[in-house]
Amino acid sequence: MATSAREHAHAPAPSKTGLWSWLTTVDHKRIGILYGASAFIFFLIGGLEALLIRWQLRIPENNFLSAEAYNQLFTMHGTTMVFLAVMPLSAMLFNYLIPLMIGARDVAFPRLNAFSYWVFILGGLFMNASFLFNAAPDAGWFGYANLTSKQYSPGMNVDFWVIGLQILGVASLAAAVNFFVTIINLRAPGMKLMRMPMFVWMSMITQVLLLLAFPVITVALVFLLTDRMFGTGFYIPAQGGDPILWQHLFWIFGHPEVYILILPPFGIVSEILPVFSRKPLFGYAAMVFSGAFIAFLGFGVWSHHMFSTGLGPIADSVFSLTTMLIAIPTGVKIFNWIGTLWGGSLQMKTPLYYALGFIALFVIGGLSGVMHASPPADLQQTDTYFVVAHFHYVLFGGAIFAMVGGAFYWWPKMFGYMLREGLGKVQFWIMFIAMNLTFFPMHYAGLHGMPRRTYTYVAGLGLDWLNLVETIGSLGLAVAFTLFMVNIFVSFRGRKANPAPADPWNGATLEWSIPSPPQEFNFPEIPTVEGRDPLWTAKRKHGGPLPEPKRVDGSNIHLPNPSYWPLVTAIGMSIMLIGFMAGGLPVNLIGVAILFFGAFRWAFEPTG
Amino acid sequence: MRHRSGLLTLFLMLTVIGIAGCGGDYPQSTLTPLGDFARMVDDVFRGTVRWALVVFVLVEAALLVAIFKFRGKPDDAEPDQVHGNAMVEVVWTIIPAVILAFIAVPTVKTIFRTAEVPTDAMEIEVIGHQWWWEFRYPTEGVVTATEMHVPVGQKVVLKMRTADVLHSFWVPQFAAKRDVFQARYTTLWFTADTVGWFPGQCAEFCGTQHARMHSWVVVESPEEFAAWTAAQRVGSPLVNGGVVAPDTTVPAPPVDSVVIKGQDAFVAGGCISCHAMVGTPLAGQLFEGNTNAGPNLSHVASRARLAGGMFENTEANLRRWLSDPQLVKPNTNMKLPRPLTDDEIATLVAYLQTRR
Amino acid sequence: MSHADAHAMHPPTATGLDTRKLAIWTFIGSECLFFASLISTYLVYKGKSLVGPLPHDASQCMLDGRMQQCEGVFEIPLVTFGTAVLLFSSYFVVKALSGAQRGNRKQLIGWLSATVVGGLFFVGMQVYEFYHFFHKGLGYTTNVFSASFYTLTGFHGTHVTLGVIWLSTVLVLAIRGKLPPEKALNLELAALYWHFVDVVWIVIFPVVYLMK
Repeated sequence: MATSAREHAHAPAPSKTGLWSWLTTVDHKRIGILYGASAFIFFLIGGLEALLIRWQLRIPENNFLSAEAYNQLFTMHGTTMVFLAVMPLSAMLFNYLIPLMIGARDVAFPRLNAFSYWVFILGGLFMNASFLFNAAPDAGWFGYANLTSKQYSPGMNVDFWVIGLQILGVASLAAAVNFFVTIINLRAPGMKLMRMPMFVWMSMITQVLLLLAFPVITVALVFLLTDRMFGTGFYIPAQGGDPILWQHLFWIFGHPEVYILILPPFGIVSEILPVFSRKPLFGYAAMVFSGAFIAFLGFGVWSHHMFSTGLGPIADSVFSLTTMLIAIPTGVKIFNWIGTLWGGSLQMKTPLYYALGFIALFVIGGLSGVMHASPPADLQQTDTYFVVAHFHYVLFGGAIFAMVGGAFYWWPKMFGYMLREGLGKVQFWIMFIAMNLTFFPMHYAGLHGMPRRTYTYVAGLGLDWLNLVETIGSLGLAVAFTLFMVNIFVSFRGRKANPAPADPWNGATLEWSIPSPPQEFNFPEIPTVEGRDPLWTAKRKHGGPLPEPKRVDGSNIHLPNPSYWPLVTAIGMSIMLIGFMAGGLPVNLIGVAILFFGAFRWAFEPTG
Repeated sequence: MRHRSGLLTLFLMLTVIGIAGCGGDYPQSTLTPLGDFARMVDDVFRGTVRWALVVFVLVEAALLVAIFKFRGKPDDAEPDQVHGNAMVEVVWTIIPAVILAFIAVPTVKTIFRTAEVPTDAMEIEVIGHQWWWEFRYPTEGVVTATEMHVPVGQKVVLKMRTADVLHSFWVPQFAAKRDVFQARYTTLWFTADTVGWFPGQCAEFCGTQHARMHSWVVVESPEEFAAWTAAQRVGSPLVNGGVVAPDTTVPAPPVDSVVIKGQDAFVAGGCISCHAMVGTPLAGQLFEGNTNAGPNLSHVASRARLAGGMFENTEANLRRWLSDPQLVKPNTNMKLPRPLTDDEIATLVAYLQTRR
Repeated sequence: MSHADAHAMHPPTATGLDTRKLAIWTFIGSECLFFASLISTYLVYKGKSLVGPLPHDASQCMLDGRMQQCEGVFEIPLVTFGTAVLLFSSYFVVKALSGAQRGNRKQLIGWLSATVVGGLFFVGMQVYEFYHFFHKGLGYTTNVFSASFYTLTGFHGTHVTLGVIWLSTVLVLAIRGKLPPEKALNLELAALYWHFVDVVWIVIFPVVYLMK
């Protein structure tokens, strides 16, 4: 927080409702909700893209989609799910939960937080606007050079992708600085690092990964941009460049990115399991260190994505062994989760269903991961549906299951009413069965010779019925998420009859000590923490459930003023980058001007 | 009992998929290796799968036991507040490490064994194009497309590169896959031990028609292979610039008037600026550096497939292909300067069908 | 800080470190990877250029519309001087900060102005250098050396420029008397960034200009 303007305290209280209040909000909880809502919409778009892909592949030699349309859809499906759905769903939880869990009133830089969101949403909209020009990115989510060069991808498709990702990268980096500093510096008294909830730990490690991985993809994208716009030859063999440089830079980012996607879900599951087992997380320290170790190793394994490029036996062996090493801390996590359940008193509530589903499915994804950690085996499996099966077990069976579980778990806290348990459990079983129907046969499809990213396949390879089963499964997933939306709708309609208490699940962490939803200032008084699971300790001392916390008048608590400068700055930033693609230098300069204007007004604005 | 019926349904369905997925006819499968390289890879894979199955069964069983055994009610007494157990945690850190060692040792052994490129092998140059594969046999003087003929029991080394973007050459039955680059060669090697036709396809996304970049390995007896090379090297582009002695055999000029007209159309229409063709002025062209270069058509009628293996080499398909390649395979580099007349198509088809 | 209610929102931080300072350090950590990627690329493409001009050696290059023999483009003395100025500016900003902290307005404004001038000189040197190279036939897209060189040093130059803008803003505050000792942190943050930009150049200078 800028201290320079504290003198301007007691600005008039801003209006708290309406569109303007959302455009200017700096409240981490509102920004969290904005992230969540946007990410869920992008998730539905990405899901729709997946359904179209599956409908095309339900029979061999299908003409439902053209080759061009298919290539755009699979590229946008991957890009959307990674950058516009799973990452911002995590960002939603970082925003909403980190300050509540560590006992803070907001994040370290509330306006920077708003800026991150606005940059993210502008990047997401820009990327998807490509569909309006029938020029959605079509070179795959890892856009291998030199297919992405102007010579082989002359259209605007790849430009949308490069500039969209650059914009999104700015959002991620700004948010990562913010959350890292928040976790380090804004912990309540007594909230030592080794007392932090596991979700906060995993979030902090994720921020470190973001901080160290995103600059690398930024540089890789700058090279691609200058190759395409100005004619440099970073990735062009005819000009002395080497397409393999892209692969190295991309995967030095890309593998840590995988952990950026999965560590927050690890954190979610590590919060849900103890609460519904009524027993602390088994092996807290081991969980922290295994998470950190996974992140550390994550920077030393990138070339396992490149075994088929022929790195030579020494490099193959080294990257194979470091990759296998990651299985050890990951195994520790899975065993500790089961250890948490063991001897507990399992309360079979909806969030626990999803957390258990997560473990069951993630194990499968982990084991297939070990299979292609072995370069000889990977030479057969890479770029086939076997790999597609692997990362969907990890990202759908893993990340998405955890996210849905987290949604059921924290929904009452965020919105003040419960989601329907029954519908949630039915959704779980549909999702669990449909997920396996969709992705399990992909292992066989890949091993039986189906490459990924093919818009069709010929009859007679034995792939027909595997693909049909996959398509049927994907329809089941559509049903499951329709049910989720029905659940939200029905629960919202009945919210008066089903209000959420402050602590509906017998929670262990600080967010359950305040009313649902929390008041704008979070905590009337900053709590003091004496150990892990502070709320359980408090309840034990009290000899039973705590009295329902009262909503208090917080007018004496000082909060940052709302501001529209983050939005202005975000728009300037986006225009500056879009100028590379449309309008050229004048547009770049207009963007820079808006960016500087916004940033200066922001810097000298009274913060309240 | 929703849990049990749900789990049971899933278990039954996966069992059916599992059993069905293992049997049946899968000509492009990696699971039925027919060559030395693929067998080594398969051994490593199967070893890993065995360990994975053991771990899978144990972990999922532990999870299920935990779920069913420790079910509690809201008013049950609080369970023991166990925070961890150093002994147990050390054990379950060490056991996976040991299992990984059992996977890592054969892995590293196989890495080094497959990296040793045999020296006594027949060399084939593999060149990826958007979207078809070219095969050159420098010692045999053959340049062909889509169908790679190899003699059974003979070691072959593939030296591979691309003429345009990255591709990945994949022969699942005999070797595995390798990406191809412009500036350096990558290699694969194998010995095929079964005669027959074996499909494969490009595995690295390479643009619009990535799905239509097929290849076949045609494994023949040494005699059949010798006969094939003898026929293919007649007027081959490599004869002029390659390492083999020039083959002076020239096929008899066409006599049929339709075929002659076809040949004239082929030359005058500009086909020869991208396709090598025996008996024409540019027969010896290899079109290096021309990213629009098409396959050598000198012996196109001897091939079973057309257009990167997209369809069978029949008169009807050839006619369809020549009438509008961009409709049949959008974005293909086969770009006609102008639409051909029905008459031109008919003569060209007649001509091409004589090029054995 | 006299405003107790402002503190209610931000109790003393958990580590005792100032939050803004920690943010700058965090950002700098991230920037290290940014420059590491650029420098690695420069090194990877060292000696991979297909045509000249080259950094040190003579080569065939396209100049004035024809291929001819070109000299290496680097002029070490000029860059060494620019490097020295940038290094000294880091010292200047330390002096300025100490002035700010002790409330010595004259020291603050004098040294801070010197820092800004040093930064401007460096940027000017770089603009001159680019212009000069360009006339020796080294365009942005000429070869992989030029592309990776201009991208690396261009991004560094952009960072220096942003640093100059930031320091100038603080200088304006100082001249207007809005930088009392208790707000010296505002200068310290800019100074931290300035030192970082300087340190990056200390890596770039030997790796790019001196290594043959």
